[in-house]
Amino acid sequence: MARLHIDQVSKIYTGTQRAVDAVSIDVDDGEFLVLVGPSGCGKSTLLRMIAGLEAITEGAITIGERVVNDLDPAARDIAMVFQNYALYPHMKVYDNMAYGLRNRGIARDEIDRRVREAATTLELGPLLERKPRELSGGQRQRVAMGRAIVRNPAAFLFDEPLSNLDAKLRSHMRVEIKHLQRSLGITSVYVTHDQLEAMTLADKLVVMNAGKVEQIGAPLDVYERPASTFVASFIGAPAMNLIPFSALGDDGRLGLRDATVATIGFRPQDIIEVANDNEDGDGLSLRFVVDAVEPVGSESYLHGKVGAERVVVRIDGRAPHREGDRIGIAVPSERLHAFDADGRRLEGWRTPDAVGDAGTAMRKTRAT
Amino acid sequence: MDKVRFGHSIVPYLFLLPQMAVVAVFFYLPAGEAVRSSFFLEDPFGFSSTFVGLDNYADVLSSTEYRRVAIFTVWFTVLVALFALAIALLLAVKADTVLRGAKTYRTLLMWVYAIAPPVAGLLGILLFDQHVGPFVDIASWFGWNLRIGVNYYDTAFAMIATAVWYQVAVNFIFFLSGLQSIPRAVREAALIDCRSGLRRFFTVTLPLLTPTAFFLLVINVTYALFDTFGLIDLMTKNEPGNNPVTLVYKVFLDGFRGNDLGGSSAQSVILMIVVFALTLVQFRFMERRVHYA
Repeated sequence: MARLHIDQVSKIYTGTQRAVDAVSIDVDDGEFLVLVGPSGCGKSTLLRMIAGLEAITEGAITIGERVVNDLDPAARDIAMVFQNYALYPHMKVYDNMAYGLRNRGIARDEIDRRVREAATTLELGPLLERKPRELSGGQRQRVAMGRAIVRNPAAFLFDEPLSNLDAKLRSHMRVEIKHLQRSLGITSVYVTHDQLEAMTLADKLVVMNAGKVEQIGAPLDVYERPASTFVASFIGAPAMNLIPFSALGDDGRLGLRDATVATIGFRPQDIIEVANDNEDGDGLSLRFVVDAVEPVGSESYLHGKVGAERVVVRIDGRAPHREGDRIGIAVPSERLHAFDADGRRLEGWRTPDAVGDAGTAMRKTRAT
Repeated sequence: MDKVRFGHSIVPYLFLLPQMAVVAVFFYLPAGEAVRSSFFLEDPFGFSSTFVGLDNYADVLSSTEYRRVAIFTVWFTVLVALFALAIALLLAVKADTVLRGAKTYRTLLMWVYAIAPPVAGLLGILLFDQHVGPFVDIASWFGWNLRIGVNYYDTAFAMIATAVWYQVAVNFIFFLSGLQSIPRAVREAALIDCRSGLRRFFTVTLPLLTPTAFFLLVINVTYALFDTFGLIDLMTKNEPGNNPVTLVYKVFLDGFRGNDLGGSSAQSVILMIVVFALTLVQFRFMERRVHYA
């Protein structure tokens, strides 16, 4: 168990192309950190630099009290779970788990005790004598977990470990990983491109884009207060609606404090349907034309347009709407997010008196 | 699922016919002829032949000369296969870790494979030539007077070295592709699990290479036994005298130089049986220890 300290770490492959650009992250002892971002954002590269599988071009990584930049992967006291499990195909399940311990000169009966204990925890007992090719995907995944657990390392590194599993197994394993990490209390770094996985697993969430950190925070904080339009569109499904401020044709009634607002964002579930030509209510009012209805069972999503901008609206239960319907929608003012021209979040962008004034301000109606 | 069937049509047999014809004309027919003539004593001028039963076999197997050649063949095969595989594996493992200029490096190592076997044999002979061969010079620095074609062991050494040299390129290509087919993540998992590179090689890389190694072992034994014919012919300069030859070369010597067609046929039948037994042994006992992932 250890703290993990990533200080101004960069990865430069050729010339000036920065796969990871001056990233600094602190992971507390026993904390579950999730790196999330689209493919190619540098999250896997960062994880592999922590593991020692990629050289660190700039900066320093500290595990516990040691700077590990120049240490071999095997000397860093980390265990890694790979996306395609990376089990040794020629070894039995037992040997797969024991291999890393044998190479570290641990006594035979201690190895046996640890492997059997991990096998019990992961319900791998009857499979110990099997070869990896005789196991299902979920079982292989558990062996890969077991191989990490028996090591009792300073940190666990997970590289998209669930992306090869089917949806049902994935949600099951997600709960198991979280539970296991909690009970073992081992510092963990987990890489995923799945925002749902990231939200549910993380103590601390790091959203990455193009090699840079976009935002670090508790999952719900990131969700409630996305630091940029990128985070806003990446975290949460369906994604937050983002509309250029100019498209709203504002006539000053939103109560802007200054004119730097470039984009207005609101989540599909924060939208309420209102009667046509509703002039009451606090916040944003818009005319919405339904293009498609997507029923998911407990809720429905209406896909459509406000003016020329695409917008998704969440409706409880079954939606009675049809294609081509025109409805009025409204978003309460406290549910609106504003971003500047660079896509950064703006705080305190509305005048205080505008926030309280319900009847006339903060409402924008746009004919379609 | 039902297989698609074409009924009792002769069409599939027609498709097989060219291949079967080639096999029949160039293998079954000569093999049958060899078995037949191994029971006869042929008149040197080819006018008549006498049935002698198993006499040819008895003669061959009781001959001390035959035993000497057989022992040399075993040594030759073992050494050629061993060194050709070991050197190629070492080169492949090293080439696999090269990042900068990897392609050039690999191409240079495969270079030899592009040379036709007789040309390779000639090149080998040139390297060991009494007057211009650099290896003869190098050996003389260490006080070793290499006399190819004169000294039995010197000739054997040159034969083995040339045979290995030519085969290393083939083995290198297969080992390299075998190494590259080991999943990257598995190697990385091993990097985390085991600090010693040597230990990693013997516990993870080598076991995962066994399908390639097994295939190459079969290929190399076959190569050393049969495909080195031209090389031996060039090295002994048609004057086998005191020079080492393999069993295959002896078949040719006794049959076409000694005009003992019966004895030479008996030898080739014995070789056939040896190859058959060898194949059985290789597949029965080796395959169990091979990991096909």
